[in-house]
Amino acid sequence: MSQSASTAQVAVAPAGAQLELPKKHYLNDGTTIRSWLLTVDHKRIAIMYLVGTTFGLLLGGIFAMVLRLELLTPGPTIIEALTYNRMFTLHGLVMIFMFMIPAIPGVFGNFFLPIMLGAKDVAFPKWNLTSYYVYLAGAALMLWGLITGGADTGWTFYTPYSTTTTTNIAPVMLGVFVIGFSSILTGLNFIVTIHTLRAPGVTWFKMPLFVWAIYGTSIIQVLATPVIGLTTLLVAAEHTFGFGFFDPARGGDPILFQHLFWFYSHPAVYIMVLPAMGVISEAICAFSRKNIFGYSMIAMSSLGIAFVGFFAWGHHLFTSGQSAFDAGAFAAISMLVGVFTAIKIFNWVGTLYKGAISFTAPFAYICGFLFFLVFGGMTGIALATVSLDVHWQDTYFVVAHFHFIMVGAVIMGFLTALHYWFPKMFGRKYPENWGLLAAGLIVLGFNATFIPQFLLGNAGMPRRYYEYPERFAALNVASTAGASLLAFGFIIIAIYLAIALFNGEVAGRNPWGSRGYEWDTPSPPPTENFDHPVDHTRIPHDYTDTEDVATVSHAT
Amino acid sequence: MQHSAAAQQLTPEGWLPPPPLPHHYDDRVSHANAVRFGMWLFLGTEVLLFAGVFTGYFTFRAYFPEAFDQAARHLSLFLGTLNTFLLLTSSLTVALAHHNAERGKNHNAFWLLVVSVLMGGGFLVIKGIEYHEKFVEHALPGKFFNFAEITAPGGPVFYVVYFFATGLHALHVIVGMSLLTWVAVRAWRKEFSPTYYAPLENAGLYWHLVDLVWIFLYPLLYLV
Repeated sequence: MSQSASTAQVAVAPAGAQLELPKKHYLNDGTTIRSWLLTVDHKRIAIMYLVGTTFGLLLGGIFAMVLRLELLTPGPTIIEALTYNRMFTLHGLVMIFMFMIPAIPGVFGNFFLPIMLGAKDVAFPKWNLTSYYVYLAGAALMLWGLITGGADTGWTFYTPYSTTTTTNIAPVMLGVFVIGFSSILTGLNFIVTIHTLRAPGVTWFKMPLFVWAIYGTSIIQVLATPVIGLTTLLVAAEHTFGFGFFDPARGGDPILFQHLFWFYSHPAVYIMVLPAMGVISEAICAFSRKNIFGYSMIAMSSLGIAFVGFFAWGHHLFTSGQSAFDAGAFAAISMLVGVFTAIKIFNWVGTLYKGAISFTAPFAYICGFLFFLVFGGMTGIALATVSLDVHWQDTYFVVAHFHFIMVGAVIMGFLTALHYWFPKMFGRKYPENWGLLAAGLIVLGFNATFIPQFLLGNAGMPRRYYEYPERFAALNVASTAGASLLAFGFIIIAIYLAIALFNGEVAGRNPWGSRGYEWDTPSPPPTENFDHPVDHTRIPHDYTDTEDVATVSHAT
Repeated sequence: MQHSAAAQQLTPEGWLPPPPLPHHYDDRVSHANAVRFGMWLFLGTEVLLFAGVFTGYFTFRAYFPEAFDQAARHLSLFLGTLNTFLLLTSSLTVALAHHNAERGKNHNAFWLLVVSVLMGGGFLVIKGIEYHEKFVEHALPGKFFNFAEITAPGGPVFYVVYFFATGLHALHVIVGMSLLTWVAVRAWRKEFSPTYYAPLENAGLYWHLVDLVWIFLYPLLYLV
């Protein structure tokens, strides 16, 4: 295969030469506050999303720590029962709508999708900026509503409690509605970009796998989000005006709420996890120096998950009076998600097999990701079995399961992306030893937090309870201890990345020796992304016959 | 203003040159395709939004067929049909405006859009009259319901569906009228030409969606 042209472009300076940052790049192209706040450059918008979503992660994390501290002892510990209810509502809403959903698409999707396609920007740059401000406005409205109104319904807003609670939930619902708009705009922008702005040579089946994952995600964002928008409007209207749409006393149907809510909120899990899977598909090649195993299988399984995800919502209603036939059908469809996920996992493991692995911090997160996804996914299959779910419904088993997927898999994907692409985004390297240490703490801390919760749930501890019997105390202490490790790991990451941002070693164009298209550009990239005409003659993830240009060491 | 300042810049064919192409597109056709495709996707989200409303309608219709039947008899078939006529005709005039704009006939497009906006306004006035009747009769949603002529259970729920669906639709009519007004102003300034008419096309697509939703709401609420 002819790839001399592109290979020449990715080659770095000869060994020993001092690497320097490019003179002109997107970060120093305009340094005023205004040049940031009104930018239409997808890379700067990505950085603003990084700031916003990291703030969401910090807030959600603090609320999580408060919850874990409260649960340290069986009785009241640091907060009152009502505060506790408000805290888990805050924790869920902030983590899901301010961090999980926008994080990977908003930050890494915005930054890398156009570069991977060879485009100068996304299809609608102004709408892209709008989506960020809509996100901020929605987040502000939601937080203001939560803090002043004190919603205590949990993030699921189940009726009839949510429509009759004395706390003021209308601003929270409107905040979620507004953030939904932002999500739709992002997804719409990405779909149009993928369809219309691929550079010559980038055919559908030469798109990097991260792009396929974002494509699947965007389809869900565009098709599912309007339904939660409508549902939040209905709940807000019902709570404010007493409509009775979901109130059986007035002829309404509370189960209808659950159907409408989960029609979005189940696919929303794939809005969170698909981009993380895309990140893993990219990074796993770079760190095993091997072509991706089963490119088209991974690409198509992303679309498969997006499609099947729309028809699995009923598994949240197994104990809500659904007919036995419905329950069985939803159980079977839910298990199909496991089939598509397994296709991905086997292909990733196939990629690792006989690869030249370099065990860097991002690779440590990849390992964590694979473990959490398999463990979380298998418990998901167990929960999709109706007879077992009746036992586990609304216990900590469910909490541990979805945290394995949403925190385990998604945050591992986020951290993989952050470490793998940090040199590209900011032109500097982070300290590898600190990176590995933090990765170790996080993976261990995570297991220590949530494995006890599986055991608690199986022993019958219900979720969202403020107090618990003495016999659950030991496992709760273990879980809280694990959460502290997790928090400690995040603090270390924040510190070394902040230092690396200004004082890290200059990375050069391609420190990992990755063959992804995005590494063809300088680090950090110039405002219009490329310093030479885009030439994607090679396929992405192609590691055959390349001279080793990596500055990290790989096993042989 | 349009005739003094802008008239000097008109091309020989009689329209303004198109705005500059955004820097990240190679040519005008791909830009127009992207803009049109984006609008279709957005319309997809609107369909899903109303799909939730229709789900509610069918659920409660299945629960309370008699109340839905009685309540439908208390809606004014005449006014509903008149509104359907207005909205369908306005879609025709919008389509004709698009037909004229892509041939650079901005003057025709402008007047056709004005007629469309007026018909949209007429729709809202008639809807307002219908709402007023319901308020007088206390045929209202949820806890405000106090209408003796609907004897079967489920009356309050019908009016939740009725007001929510038609209210959401009316909101879309208002947004659509604003979009049509905006492109009408641009047609008045002679901005559209065979190479540039995407904004009018997209506003028109939105208006057709508003029309389409009503085509479903009308039989479900008034006729069935």
